[in-house]
Amino acid sequence: MQPFTVHTGRAVALLRDNVDTDQIIPKQFLKRIERTGFGDFLFHDWRRRPDGSADPDFELNRPGAAGASILLAGANFGCGSSREHAPWALVEFGFRAIIAPSFADIFFANCCQNGLLPVKLRAADVAELARRAEKPAWRLTIDLVTQRVLDRTGFERDFPLDHYRREMLLAGLDEIGVTLQEELRIAAYERRTASLRWGRAG
Amino acid sequence: MAPRTLFAKVWDAHVVREARGAPALLYVDLHLVHEVTSPQAFEGLRLAGRRLRRPDLTFATVDHNVPTGDRSLPIADPVAARQVEALRANARGYGVELHDLDSLDQGIVHVIGPEQGLTQPGMLIVCGDSHTSTHGAFGALAFGIGTSEVEHVLATQCLVQSRPHTMEVRFHGMPGAGVSAKDLILAVIGRIGTGGAAGHVIEYTGAAIRALSIEGRMTVCNMSIEAGARAGMVAPDETTFAYLRGRPRAPHSAEWDRAVGRWRALASDAGAQYDHVVELDAATVAPQVTWGTNPGMVGEITGRVPDPAVLPQEDRAAATRALQYMGLEPNTPLEGIPMDRVFIGSCTNARLEDLRSAAAVVRGRTVARTVRAMVVPGSQRVRAAAEAEGLDRVFQAAGFEWRNSGCSMCLGMNDDVLGPGERCAATSNRNFEGRQGRGGRTHLMSPAMAAAAAVTGHLVDVRTLGAD
Ligand code: SF4
Repeated sequence: MQPFTVHTGRAVALLRDNVDTDQIIPKQFLKRIERTGFGDFLFHDWRRRPDGSADPDFELNRPGAAGASILLAGANFGCGSSREHAPWALVEFGFRAIIAPSFADIFFANCCQNGLLPVKLRAADVAELARRAEKPAWRLTIDLVTQRVLDRTGFERDFPLDHYRREMLLAGLDEIGVTLQEELRIAAYERRTASLRWGRAG
Repeated sequence: MAPRTLFAKVWDAHVVREARGAPALLYVDLHLVHEVTSPQAFEGLRLAGRRLRRPDLTFATVDHNVPTGDRSLPIADPVAARQVEALRANARGYGVELHDLDSLDQGIVHVIGPEQGLTQPGMLIVCGDSHTSTHGAFGALAFGIGTSEVEHVLATQCLVQSRPHTMEVRFHGMPGAGVSAKDLILAVIGRIGTGGAAGHVIEYTGAAIRALSIEGRMTVCNMSIEAGARAGMVAPDETTFAYLRGRPRAPHSAEWDRAVGRWRALASDAGAQYDHVVELDAATVAPQVTWGTNPGMVGEITGRVPDPAVLPQEDRAAATRALQYMGLEPNTPLEGIPMDRVFIGSCTNARLEDLRSAAAVVRGRTVARTVRAMVVPGSQRVRAAAEAEGLDRVFQAAGFEWRNSGCSMCLGMNDDVLGPGERCAATSNRNFEGRQGRGGRTHLMSPAMAAAAAVTGHLVDVRTLGAD
């Protein structure tokens, strides 16, 4: 996974609450068996009209949105289906971070697994960033080392992230490798509870 | 020891490592796998040269994109076929038991786990699917996870989770006639909203929950995720034990008695504290139907489509957008809204009890001429059991299609989809924009309510029809 330390980039606002993962990547694009190939279909049903042409009214299709790497979003972003194809599509499209007042739990975890930083800020702060993002030259910085979101014109807020996830993201760590180091404990747990557990043989 | 909740008992029993300020490492008793969220996980395992730690605790089926028509034909969609084929190869290669398309044990993963007796009280269960919460109906702690976590569980049999908060949803009173488990859970989501239980595990309590069958409890726990919860749970009791007894994968003989002894101890202790408590009077819940584009946009069938102008400021924009998508005018009575399609299926409401309650409404009636209606049983065993009771004939005589099992039009990955603008009465769990097909309009409700909509051609209060 790509580490996340400090990122500066353009932001685009999609300030709708309860954006679900069915919208982020509709089910007709879930049939691939690879982790790639989803970026083109991000927000497909909103980005494209039924004839396949781009819908100019959709936030991500507006001229200022091109090249944005930070998504400003509404509350409960990523609710619904657990599909990790949603963060895969967001990353492939070019996003490195999402700033929202709240995230659905599974989606939040899935983002952290893919180097896509979920940043929680108050709704009023997200709205303020959305206003600033309308200026084409404006850039936003997200610093995971200091856990701060800032721009050059005085916006500066701290954001929360638990220590474990922060370390994983900073180092771009493979979580499986970390857990496998606990082999002795896992094996001890298995021995201790073996008689209680269902198994194919049991 | 201080009194503990059901959740705390199950959590504590699965801790491999827990340190202050860090998420816990939990041991997984049962890992359910399906074709859509697993291929990339197996691929990751292969690339890293890692083994599957416990194939004996891993169990696979195909459900999400399988056809529900004629099973003797090959899967027409080549991309879906490739995904099913990938799961077959992975199951073979890693020694995972697969309940394939031609098996009587095939079905929606959350229907067949309980049906086989794989799902048991006190277990920690995961699956790469958000509705894994269904299994909490047995007093298991069941999390939906993403594909990276699927890979993590394959490799380590463990899950990294931070400890959630707890919420008790307590029902007072008993629901009236015509009010089902689906109505109870929709009423909860209507009350607390789609993010209302974020970060929490819900435990459902009260006489109305105790009175529910295990199927009804599964319906309730299934939709916990639609309230944003990490999981939903119901403490096991005699209903649970009666359901599990004799199931192929449940313990038997002396082992059964020991297991039941352990399971009885799982109930929350008197005086156990929850972080939040929500109370509802089941007696006042009427049949529910959604009018918008998330499950929290729901009301009583006797009510009207809300007027965004009189909603709280923060809900207005979303409601306006939802009504536009749904093609509904404010203040329209919900009863009478015409339907084009009816879908009875999904892991929420496609078990035998659900089909019985729909059939009771359909019997002796016919599907309205303007409606195309289908029943998609939750598993092939449900289908067989329903056929043994003659329910297939009741549905078919009325004009319903009777299909093979799978997720089908719950998410429309196979060819069971809504066309643009088509309006569907559905027993599934999500009414998101485009969920059942681009431009499709979904109204969620109970099986009896969906059956009533099929025979009248519009939304209707099933209590005014009466079952035969
Ligand atoms: S029936 Fe629907 S909700 Fe249930 S597992 Fe299948 S797609 Fe998911």
